[in-house]
Amino acid sequence: MLQSKSFVKKTRQGRVVKVVREHYLRDDIYCGAPSCKTCDTSAARLSTSASTILIVDTNVVLNQIDLLENPAVDDVVVLSVVLEEVRNKNLAVYNRLKALCTNSLRKYFVFSNEHHKDTYVKEMVGESPNDRNDRAIRVAARWYQSHLGVNTQVLLITNDRENKRRAIEEGISAETVESYVRSLGKPDLLDLVVLSSSADVSMEDVEDLRPSKKKVIYSEHKPMSEITSGLLHGVYHQGKLRVNRYNPFEAYVGSESIGDEIVIYGRSNMNRAFDGDIVAVELLPQDQWRDGKSMIIADDEDDEEEDVHLVPSSADDAPRNENLVQPTTGSVPPVSGRPAGRVVGIIKRNWHSYCGSLEPMPMPAGNAGVAHALFVSKDRRIPKIRIQTRQLGNLLDKRIIVAVDTWDCLSRYPSGHYVRTIGEIGDRDTESEVLLIENDINTRPFSSQVLACLPPFPWSLSSEDLAKANREDLRHLRVFSVDPPGCKDIDDALHCMPLANGNFEVGVHIADVTNFVLAGTPLDEEASQRGTSVYLVERRIDMLPKPLTEDICSLRSDVERLAFSVIWEMTPDTEIISTRYTKSAIKSCAALSYVEAQARMDDSRMMDPLTTDLRNLNSLAKIMRLRRIERGALTLASPEVKFQIDTETHDPLDIGMYQIREANQMIEEFMLAANVSVAEKILRHFPLCSLLRRHPSPTKEMLEPLLQTAAAVGLDLDVSSSKALADSLDRAVGDDPYFNKLIRILATRCMTQAVYFASGDLSPSEFSHYGLAARLYTHFTSPIRRYADVIVHRLLAAALGIAKLPPIFLDGPQLTGIADNLNNRHRNAQMASRASVELHTLIYFKKRPTDTQGRIVKIKSNGFIVFVPKFGIEGPVYLVPKGDKRADWVVDEAHQRVTKAGSNITYGILQTVRIHMEVVEPQPNRPKLELTLI
Amino acid sequence: MEYVDSLTGFRLDGRRPNDMRQIRGEIGVVAKADGSALFEMGNTKVIAAVYGPREVQNRSQQVNNQALVRCEYSMANFSTGDRARRPKGDRRSTEISLVIRQTMEACILTHLMPRSQIDIFVQVLQADGGTRSACINAATLALADAGIPMCDIVTSCSAGYLSSTPLLDLNYIEDSAGGPDVTVGILAKMDKVTLLQMDAKLPMDIFENVMQLAIEGCKAIAQYIRGVLLENTKQLECRRGV
Repeated sequence: MLQSKSFVKKTRQGRVVKVVREHYLRDDIYCGAPSCKTCDTSAARLSTSASTILIVDTNVVLNQIDLLENPAVDDVVVLSVVLEEVRNKNLAVYNRLKALCTNSLRKYFVFSNEHHKDTYVKEMVGESPNDRNDRAIRVAARWYQSHLGVNTQVLLITNDRENKRRAIEEGISAETVESYVRSLGKPDLLDLVVLSSSADVSMEDVEDLRPSKKKVIYSEHKPMSEITSGLLHGVYHQGKLRVNRYNPFEAYVGSESIGDEIVIYGRSNMNRAFDGDIVAVELLPQDQWRDGKSMIIADDEDDEEEDVHLVPSSADDAPRNENLVQPTTGSVPPVSGRPAGRVVGIIKRNWHSYCGSLEPMPMPAGNAGVAHALFVSKDRRIPKIRIQTRQLGNLLDKRIIVAVDTWDCLSRYPSGHYVRTIGEIGDRDTESEVLLIENDINTRPFSSQVLACLPPFPWSLSSEDLAKANREDLRHLRVFSVDPPGCKDIDDALHCMPLANGNFEVGVHIADVTNFVLAGTPLDEEASQRGTSVYLVERRIDMLPKPLTEDICSLRSDVERLAFSVIWEMTPDTEIISTRYTKSAIKSCAALSYVEAQARMDDSRMMDPLTTDLRNLNSLAKIMRLRRIERGALTLASPEVKFQIDTETHDPLDIGMYQIREANQMIEEFMLAANVSVAEKILRHFPLCSLLRRHPSPTKEMLEPLLQTAAAVGLDLDVSSSKALADSLDRAVGDDPYFNKLIRILATRCMTQAVYFASGDLSPSEFSHYGLAARLYTHFTSPIRRYADVIVHRLLAAALGIAKLPPIFLDGPQLTGIADNLNNRHRNAQMASRASVELHTLIYFKKRPTDTQGRIVKIKSNGFIVFVPKFGIEGPVYLVPKGDKRADWVVDEAHQRVTKAGSNITYGILQTVRIHMEVVEPQPNRPKLELTLI
Repeated sequence: MEYVDSLTGFRLDGRRPNDMRQIRGEIGVVAKADGSALFEMGNTKVIAAVYGPREVQNRSQQVNNQALVRCEYSMANFSTGDRARRPKGDRRSTEISLVIRQTMEACILTHLMPRSQIDIFVQVLQADGGTRSACINAATLALADAGIPMCDIVTSCSAGYLSSTPLLDLNYIEDSAGGPDVTVGILAKMDKVTLLQMDAKLPMDIFENVMQLAIEGCKAIAQYIRGVLLENTKQLECRRGV
């Protein structure tokens, strides 16, 4: 049967076009119940003995997804009209719903009601799309009931009162979420239910007992139509809201229309926006702009003073945003600085679930009932969230996950609901878990489908592998690997052989992961989702299952392994004469650590062939490095620290800066060279679908803080090109040895992130890598722990004609999607590692309050940020005690100095100060490292 | 964009990947022409008129041992959503005219009609993807209606490859997704390919699947066209009172 769908659409140019589409209705769509006698049951997903089948409406999915994900709710029919609406409203929820529908353990069935001949409904004259969709849901529910007969009850779950009433009128059984969950008889599930405060359910209950006391705290958000026209006319500005890490009462919105960041002070100006939301901002009149540069470092400990009412919609005071000290010292006119604004509407919410704990509170009398509690997120940028729980006693000492549901203008805090418990507060495993969850890192064990893709174990090199025409036997070469001590996932090895003509043959051998991870398999998909291995201080979360990571792919010593090799012939002057790429079989003769390799090279008595190879490589690497630096590669520095972990308690025993040896640089140099060679090769063969890595040049604005700092200490940095910057960084030598490194660390912070991209998406001039001063770059050398390298391996194999290019490479948008996912995962992995370091730092200093030296890296009006080189820690030091609002410290912007008024106590940037470090817990469950001046 | 719903397996308009759109053919829609037909594939609607065999208009083009086949493809101004004025003989329509002419020449027994000319006019009344195929199908019907001797009937259908799935008979939205689009024309009974076009890159094994799908589509169309012709013949028979 054919139906024609026609609608009018406004194009991007503003013209109105009528679109006519065909819409086919079918009679071969089945109901998904295995007990059904009329339908084809081969694709049925509902359980055989289901006595009740649930049909959910769109708002239930959007608001109660946490409940739906609970295994107690099953046998759900998801209508395609619901699916479509969810996709349009909230992509994140849609993806979760989709995961539910494809999960073989759950009984979720998607019914295409829109294409079924009996359930398709045509929009009636004067009916709104929403009403039409509600009607479609009811029609589908009625169809199900009559189709399945009296033995099965079809229950429509809706929180819309009107919809429920009509459903019951039409003879469909319908319930609200809450009443359904109550009927299940599992009280803990009730915590997952989102209580809607909007007009849908139980208006009477929420309608406050004390309506007279209701007070509007935040101004109403503007309607979407007004925002759109406001943006168009330049009255409002759109951008992503970022909350200051040090001061949750201050946020920035990067706006393209202004070309500058708009500062937003205080919760009331932020108007219920969360970090990461896309918001519309209105500029405040200029006399309300503050001097943006001397923002203070504030602590949300101030929150504590607030008198908090836990009952929803009770009268809250206006939010206290005036804990900011106005720098009205006379010398600074208040109208300077950056534009300030206030949020008038939220275009797109970035709400997800947050980890944290409940604010300690006395147990209310009569433990049985529902208690209201305030949830404090670990992330300081997130405001407190009000939740309702029936298991308060259980949750008080736990880390829990809470999702946000609503935030209306009558309540100071957003309201949310409990999702699940992670574990006891303060427990190291719990806290590690928290940081993994916060960074969206998948720690679940690999599924059986994924493990089924692994080769039989124990694996060893077979004659068939060697017999393959394009696999070269390089087992006779003296190949070795150099890695950090204790490294089990060895994915690179090297060899170096002097040739008769005085040149060197240098080979980089990379684990041949794609020989085991075939494109399109569940294993490949899982790896592509994970994107990268994550390294925490005490554990590693693998991208590939352990047998592959630590054994089959790992190029351990004295075993035969498959590799993908890049082999150069180089002159002693590191001129590359020829490059060859081949799949190979190798046998590593030694797996050295950096320390061992360094020791061998330094020990002049050792003259064995392996050491000679190392020395040859090292001298080549030094020349290559020099060349690279001449081309303008930057030597950047990052405050990487290393923990010594107690093997039994897993507590950190010692922290120190990570030491970089010549051996590290030697390996790095050859890996860089291999990556560059491979990038050139794959781009030549696949100009449109190669995966490369680029590092955009930093803009002038980004380098501004660096220049300011440099100017304050009398340093002149030339940032016109990477070469100029590299040279001036080299010249920046201060009076102490750490000065140069500190400048480099500050420079690193001004850089953009390097990112993966598909070569078809950008023009060749944008491919370059700023930091490495390379025209082309990609990642090839760590396929065990990075998925990007797996992709590049496939590209290289296809370029050599060894394997066929998997079809996803031909799908431009899909490749772009993969690249974006990899960038995200990469960033998350870095954040998680950093958070893990922070966590262990905290554990370490808990028992050991320490006095040490720090360097000032940023000046604020009430203090400064100090960097402690020895431990790689950074934190604020307050000059003004908490609560003291007298601003007797004066900031000198130009010289980056803060001076006490009427005295000559001055602190300048990069100055060395002695500080005391101690772990304090100003707020319960939120321990932090406090730095104080001695 | 998801062109095949991963949960239900349906395309945007409710078809399965190997479903064709609804097709309809009608013979004898232009009274003045020697043969004419209307052919619809979903919302794509084309009309074809055939004149000939007749005397060659431009003597210099006359071929002594076979008939001259000419073809003109055009799109009506109202055939797409925006009513744009189209210049005649633009690149695209010249190319399609050529494609149709070559495809039809392959099945017309031109050597039976030397020194004559056959004109095929096809016009797109409504465009929703796959106009090339629809035009060839309409031309086949019109040629048969005109009683021009043919060795077989030519039918055409397209297939594409989107969301990692081969899709039969792309409509406009799918067509403009930018994926590969393979148009195949076959001589149905002889099982020979007379037209094969693709402007994209596709790995060989996938291409074979896609092409096979298109051929299946052509065969289904051929069966339908035969039915239409048979019905038409029966009616003629009736009218003659045989």
